[in-house]
Amino acid sequence: MRHAFAAVLRRDLTLALRHRSELANPLVFFIVVVTLFPLALGPEKDILMRVAPGIIWVAALLAATLSMDRMFRMDFEDGSLEQLLLTHHPPSLLVLAKIVAHWLVTGLPLILVSPLLALLLHLPLKALPTLLASLALGTPVMSLVGAIGVALTVGLRRGGMLLTLLVLPLYVPVLIFAAGAVDNATAELPVAGQLYFLAALLVLALTLAPIATAASLRISLG
Amino acid sequence: MTSDRPPQPSPESSAGHGPAGAFFRPDDVTFEAADLRCVRQDRTLFDGFGFRLSPGELIQIEGANGSGKTSLLRILCLLTLPESGEVRWGGVNAEEIRPDFLRELTYIGHTPGVKADLTAHENLAVAAALSGGITLDPDEGLARIGLAGFEDTPARELSAGQTRRVALARLLIHPTRLWILDEPFTALDPRGKAMVEGILGEHCARGGMAIITTHQPVDIGDHPVHHIRMGTAAEGEG
Repeated sequence: MRHAFAAVLRRDLTLALRHRSELANPLVFFIVVVTLFPLALGPEKDILMRVAPGIIWVAALLAATLSMDRMFRMDFEDGSLEQLLLTHHPPSLLVLAKIVAHWLVTGLPLILVSPLLALLLHLPLKALPTLLASLALGTPVMSLVGAIGVALTVGLRRGGMLLTLLVLPLYVPVLIFAAGAVDNATAELPVAGQLYFLAALLVLALTLAPIATAASLRISLG
Repeated sequence: MTSDRPPQPSPESSAGHGPAGAFFRPDDVTFEAADLRCVRQDRTLFDGFGFRLSPGELIQIEGANGSGKTSLLRILCLLTLPESGEVRWGGVNAEEIRPDFLRELTYIGHTPGVKADLTAHENLAVAAALSGGITLDPDEGLARIGLAGFEDTPARELSAGQTRRVALARLLIHPTRLWILDEPFTALDPRGKAMVEGILGEHCARGGMAIITTHQPVDIGDHPVHHIRMGTAAEGEG
C-alpha cells in the first residue's frame, strides 16, 4: 500500500517536472501580485508593514486557487484517473498522494519565496517565523480542500468558475486565522491561538479531505 | 456454464465450457451481470440486461454507436452505478467486495490511461506498482507487444496504435482474471490485431475471462466467442 502511494507521488512529481512552465505559473503569479502592491501603495514603510500579512496571504490563496484545476484534469482526460480508481488500493490513499504531490510543487515554492516578499513589504523580521508557520499550516489545507472542489468539477467542461465559488468560501477561515496570526506577530502579540487553530484545520482536512475527494471523483466519473 | 441457475436473458453462450488450464486458482468463479438498467439523459440504453461469464469464455459486445457499449463496460467495472441491477463476482455483489474484485480486473477504456509525458516504460512501471505484483518485466511486456526499442520514448511521440499497445501491455505484465476491453483493436494494424487476439486466446486458455467491444470479427482459436448485440431500438441485448 505504501508502495502504491509512493508510485503515484513519484509519477506526479515526474510529470510536474516535465511541465516546468506550468509549474512556475502560480509562483510567478504570487510574486507578481505581491510586488505590484508597493508600486501601487507607495513605498511608505508603515503602510506596507500594516498590509503585508494580508497581501501575502491573499496572493498565496489566489495562486493556490489558480493551480488547483490542474490537479485531476489531465488524469481525467487521458483515462489514468479511472485506472487509479480501478486499483484495489483505497482511492483516498492514492488521492492523498496526488494532493501531496500537488502541494510539493505549488505550496512549497510559495513558502520558500515568501521571506523574500516579506522583506519587500517591510514585514518585521520577528514576524517571519509566524508567516512561515502560517503558510506551512495553511497551504496544505488549501490543497486538501481544493482537491474536493476539483474532484467535483473535473467532469464539467467549464468548471473553473464553479470551482472558485465552491472553494473560496472554505478558504476564508484559513485566510482569517493565518493573516491574523502574522498581524499579531508584527504587533508582538501572542500567535499561538491562531496557529493552533490552523493546525486543527490541517488535521481535519488531512483526515476528511482525501475521503471526500475520492467520493467526489467517483461521482464525477460515474 | 453450469445450468443450476434460472435462465438469464443471456446470449447464445449456453454451450458447456468448463475452466481450462490451471493458471488461476481452480475455484470456478463466474462473472455475472443481473438485470442491469442504464439510463443516459432520459434515454434507456438497456434494461433487464444480464449475462454470465465462466472461466475460459470471451464475450464480444457489438452494437451501433450510441447503443450503450461503453456505458455497459463502465458499469461492469464499477465505474458507473447502474440505475438498477447488480454486477456479481463469484455470486457476490461486486460492489460489496470492491477491492477483491478490482484486484482481479483489468479495464482498458477507449482513453487508454497512458500518460503522454511519461515514457512507455514509465507508464508500465506505474501500472505495475499499482497492480501489486507483476509476472513479467515491463520491458519484456513491451517487447512482446511489439514495442521493443520504444521503452524510453515518451508516449507523446508514439503513434495512436503504439499508445494503444502500451496500454495493452498491462494485460501481459499483470494478468488478472477478468479483462474488460473497450475497443481494443482501435488504431491497431492487422498484425497488432492478430497479436491481441493471440493474447486473448492464451488468456482464455488458462481460464481467464474477457469482455470486449469491437465491430471486427474476433478469432481466438479454439475458444468460442459469445456475442451480445446491443440494440438501440430493442431493450436489452439481442
